[in-house]
Amino acid sequence: MNGTAPPTLEVRNLRTHFFTRAGVVKAVDDVSFSVPRGKVLGLVGESGSGKSVTGFSVMGLVDPPGRVVSGEILFQGRDLTKLSEEEMRDLRGNRIAMIFQDPMMTLNPVLRIDTQMIETVLAHARVSREEARQRARDALGMVGIPSPEERLQSYPHQFSGGMRQRVAIAIALLHRPELIIADEPTTALDVTIQGQILAEVQKLSATTGTALIWITHDLSVVAGLADEIAVMYAGRIVEHGTVAEVLDRPLHPYTVGLIGSVPSRNRRGEPLRQIPGMTPSLLNLPPGCPFRARCPRAAEDCREEPPMREVVPGRDVRCFRPHLEAAEEATA
Amino acid sequence: MSVYMLRRLLQAVAVVFAMSLIVFVGVYAIGDPVEILISPDADQIERERAIAALGLDLPLWEQYFVFLSKALQGDLGRSFVFNEPALRLILQRMPATLELAFGATIMALVIGLPLGLYAGLRPDSPVSRTIMAGSILGFSLPTFWVGLMLIMVFAVQLGWLPSTGRGPTREFLGMQWSFLTWDGLRHLLLPAINLSLFKISLVIRLTRAGVRETILMDFVKFARAKGLSPNRVIFVHVFKNILIPVVTVVGLELGSTIAFSVVTESVFAWPGMGKLIIDSINVLDRPVIVAYLMIIVMMFIIINLVVDLTYSVLDPRVRLEAKGT
Ligand SMILES: Nc1ncnc2c1ncn2[C@@H]1O[C@H](COP(=O)(O)OP(=O)(O)O)[C@@H](O)[C@H]1O
Ligand code: SF4
Ligand SMILES: [Mg+2]
Repeated sequence: MNGTAPPTLEVRNLRTHFFTRAGVVKAVDDVSFSVPRGKVLGLVGESGSGKSVTGFSVMGLVDPPGRVVSGEILFQGRDLTKLSEEEMRDLRGNRIAMIFQDPMMTLNPVLRIDTQMIETVLAHARVSREEARQRARDALGMVGIPSPEERLQSYPHQFSGGMRQRVAIAIALLHRPELIIADEPTTALDVTIQGQILAEVQKLSATTGTALIWITHDLSVVAGLADEIAVMYAGRIVEHGTVAEVLDRPLHPYTVGLIGSVPSRNRRGEPLRQIPGMTPSLLNLPPGCPFRARCPRAAEDCREEPPMREVVPGRDVRCFRPHLEAAEEATA
Repeated sequence: MSVYMLRRLLQAVAVVFAMSLIVFVGVYAIGDPVEILISPDADQIERERAIAALGLDLPLWEQYFVFLSKALQGDLGRSFVFNEPALRLILQRMPATLELAFGATIMALVIGLPLGLYAGLRPDSPVSRTIMAGSILGFSLPTFWVGLMLIMVFAVQLGWLPSTGRGPTREFLGMQWSFLTWDGLRHLLLPAINLSLFKISLVIRLTRAGVRETILMDFVKFARAKGLSPNRVIFVHVFKNILIPVVTVVGLELGSTIAFSVVTESVFAWPGMGKLIIDSINVLDRPVIVAYLMIIVMMFIIINLVVDLTYSVLDPRVRLEAKGT
């Protein structure tokens, strides 16, 4: 990235909390990251770590009892948290698009595909219905759906899961957004289709300059796709770096655990290691490092909350006792 | 599609036959019309002549077959009281009941859908709580009592609306209808409100539950993520989904509305089928009772068929399955 143009998205100290009857759920707690134009950020973490809520915060789609409590969400330099609902609606589906996890649930079962696509075109562009239809057809063709003209007339249940996700992607691409947030879009699909969709999305974002946030709980998915990885745990980002840095030299004990749980070529044949313990409930989380109960390196000082700090040049980690020796071994 | 329809039709015919038997035997068991119809002063010979004329001297099964073979030719017997074909008697009164039931149904949708929608979108507001409390009243207050109250307030005290009868009617499709004249419409209003009270509550509750459930669905969030206006999200994406259960239930309810209009028709002296059947039961006018019950059975069957078809128009998933078979 060269210094002049602002990144497509820059999130600073975002906090999104849910004020439930049982107490405050700090689903996103002091999260910062940025995504430059044409780059892919992999947002990785176990289920319940706050990845989706981060995505919805950027979209301005956090519903009560939740709300963005503080922080800035700078989209091309403009703070989205300060925009009115109408201004946000102009951006949604237009300049910023989102793809959801479960393709079986994202399309309205009682509306035809053409209805669901044309309404998206017309929400943001002053064109005739015919022109809108043409754009919908082109978008379906672009994501590899055969005979798009006929498929436009279909209902969602006439498509397979993979095809439905392609339709959702086509809808996201209708207005050539500058930013796409893909929330585990391939998790519900089988591996072959997952691979195809990954390859296509990567190609699209590279050719159009779209910035992409790819949310997943599966490190192996982002390994071949992302430029940078942010690892999320209990509503915070605990480690951040380029794909090569994070995967080859993980510094945070949680990242080390995550990599240990992924079958990889180096480790083939070894049993898959699981991180022991469970994700903590974000409701009234006790102070201190939230990974403490599961961390093999935990010590007395971990009762304090570790700040995000640069432990190795260019590497930010939220831990008092990062795996520096591994980094030293690798560089030695 | 055609195989599916054929199967549904055969089922319907079987149900009609079974019901005709049950109804006929059931009605036969409830009393002896001879006692009521024939003057106590009549002598034995006169009695026997009358019994033979009414066909009541034959054994039960023979009476049933006479009834059945005539029924198949569209003859459901003659009323003992009016000495007119029972079917014609009932059909004459059917428009009154139909317009009452349809009026009540339309009112239930026109009032219930917006209130239910509001209560579903703002579940915690005081207005929504009031709506929901009102719907409980609508469920639990007895129809005849509400009917009397409506007459007391709007007819007796305020004198705004008439309380009895259909008022002037106008002919349409060979039948007489009140809703085509202004005064007839005024006559229709109170009974229709009375009959719709329960259904308004039903529609409110169904709509509210449907909205609460649907707005949590991913496809609603996705619709918002596309940048659609709130109106489009609610009135197209949410509404079209809740319309399916509401139409199904309200459609199926139409049959029971027609059947239960008996109470409302009695309270408002509305000259429909309900009032006729109450009068006929009082004098044990057996052919009219049997004909009425058979027509109600037919109506339920037809309504079920129509609801199924409407459902398949609204829900594309059903439409395709039906085509597949
Ligand atoms: N509507 C809500 N009310 C209360 N808590 C919520 C709500 N939505 C999400 N959360 C909480 O926020 C946390 C993060 O959720 P989410 O972002 O969906 O996790 P992820 O996408 O990483 O699996 C979870 O602990 C969840 O319980
Ligand atoms: S701060 Fe302590 S408990 Fe938390 S991850 Fe680091 S070593 Fe483990
Ligand atoms: Mg999620």
